[in-house]
Amino acid sequence: MEKLLEEFSLGLFFWQTLLFGLLLFLMWKFAWKPILKAVNDREDGIKDALAAAEDAKKEMQNVTADSEKLLKEARAEREAMLKEAREIKEKMVADAQEQAKAEGDKMLKQAQAAIESEKKAAVADIKAQVATLSVDIAEKVIKEELSDKKKQLKLVDDMLGDIKLN
Amino acid sequence: MRKTYLKNFLLIAVLILGQFSFAKEKEEKHGDESHGKDLKTEIKEYIQHHLQDSHDFSLFSYTQENGEHKYVGFPLPIILWDNGLKVFSSSKFHHGETVAEVDGSYYKLYHSKIYKTDAEGTINYDEDHHATNARPLDFSITKNVVMIIVTGLLMLWLFTSLARSYAKNNGVPTGAGRFFEPIVLYIRDDIARPNIGEKRYGKYMPFLLTIFFFIWFLNIFGMTPLGVNVTGNIAITFALALMVFLITNFTGTKDYWMHQFNPLGDSMPWYAKIPLYIILVPIEILGLFIKPFSLLIRLYANMQAGHIVLMSLIGLMFIFKSWLGSPLSFGLAFAISLIEVLVALLQAYIFTMLSALYFGFASEEHEHDYEAEVAH
Repeated sequence: MEKLLEEFSLGLFFWQTLLFGLLLFLMWKFAWKPILKAVNDREDGIKDALAAAEDAKKEMQNVTADSEKLLKEARAEREAMLKEAREIKEKMVADAQEQAKAEGDKMLKQAQAAIESEKKAAVADIKAQVATLSVDIAEKVIKEELSDKKKQLKLVDDMLGDIKLN
Repeated sequence: MRKTYLKNFLLIAVLILGQFSFAKEKEEKHGDESHGKDLKTEIKEYIQHHLQDSHDFSLFSYTQENGEHKYVGFPLPIILWDNGLKVFSSSKFHHGETVAEVDGSYYKLYHSKIYKTDAEGTINYDEDHHATNARPLDFSITKNVVMIIVTGLLMLWLFTSLARSYAKNNGVPTGAGRFFEPIVLYIRDDIARPNIGEKRYGKYMPFLLTIFFFIWFLNIFGMTPLGVNVTGNIAITFALALMVFLITNFTGTKDYWMHQFNPLGDSMPWYAKIPLYIILVPIEILGLFIKPFSLLIRLYANMQAGHIVLMSLIGLMFIFKSWLGSPLSFGLAFAISLIEVLVALLQAYIFTMLSALYFGFASEEHEHDYEAEVAH
């Protein structure tokens, strides 16, 4: 302890206090203040940038989710449209078939009717011709039969016989 | 702990060297007895001299053929207060060999201290061989003061350029700043913030940073061949610790002072506290002074011890003049130097860390008080 006290120099203590105080003041003013401020600013900047990046990430996620939703909707819509188109097509085909069938039936019926009437006309015609021919044949036959007198008298007799029978 | 480690190291060194050089020394002892003793004393005195402050900046000295001491270095201004201010160059003392006459008064340098003497430079001694001459108030710019100024200028230059590099490079340090910035951040994030608290650490930061780099740089300068021992000087550590003491107590909050004088708080009735406080309060008040005192002694003793060990190891080289002694001594001195570089940083760290801890105690506002207020 005595050695320590003997070693203690008031002058050195004085200079140390004075110079350290001065150094402290100058460092405070010209070094530590700007350094700590710069470091703090930088750290705040980094923090802000990180927060901004986080926000951007979230935004991006939202956008992705939105676009996915849109895509899904579009796909569903397309699906619906395709389905509708298919239905329409099927309906149209069915309608067309039905219509064609009806038309065909109608034409068939008309054709059948036409054939029927033609047939009737032809049959009537044939009938008329047959009648004419029959008459002609009958005329010729009668003419042949009645060519001599005997035969004429026989006929009259036959007929008269028939009438008697009646 | 550390000191004992160093002591053991030194002991081992002495034992090893002693074994090898014993024979040789014995041989030499006959013819060289008086000289050998002189050498040991000389080394001891040299170390003692080195540990002390000096009035001139001498880098080394040697003795010429004719026995005249030659000093290489430069003189420093002497500033005395002895019935008026007296300023003169330390070259007037001729390294303590002559008496300096200034304005009719005579001064002599004796064991690095200035004494007022008569014209012949007589030093009177008491029975303990202490000089009894009058000592003028000595405000000289000594070697240590020069080193303080050099360190201060170096710090100013380094850190103002770091500050400027931030402005120039958009918040990114350049050059030496890249090395020092992490240290600044370490002091802020790992010393100040956890010990003082997030809200209050800011106002202590300039002091903590200044004291850390000041001690560290001066410790490192102590390792250079300049031969300075600033932080191992009791006046320096005393000044630093005094500043810590003043800042601690002037920034002390109400809670801090309440804790000093009423350490138990409202936990027991006043009549129960009286017998305890007779012991507790003096201990608390003593603690106020012991804390900074431990700071000043720790730094002083560590740096002093480091210098003594290093110089002793180097001195061994001259004592054991064996072929093995010098390389071993060199190797040991080198190893201790490496440890001392670490110690230089460590002591600066410990001083800063403990200062921050004391500031933290002083500026603390107890959390439970807030909780109590909230609860009501």
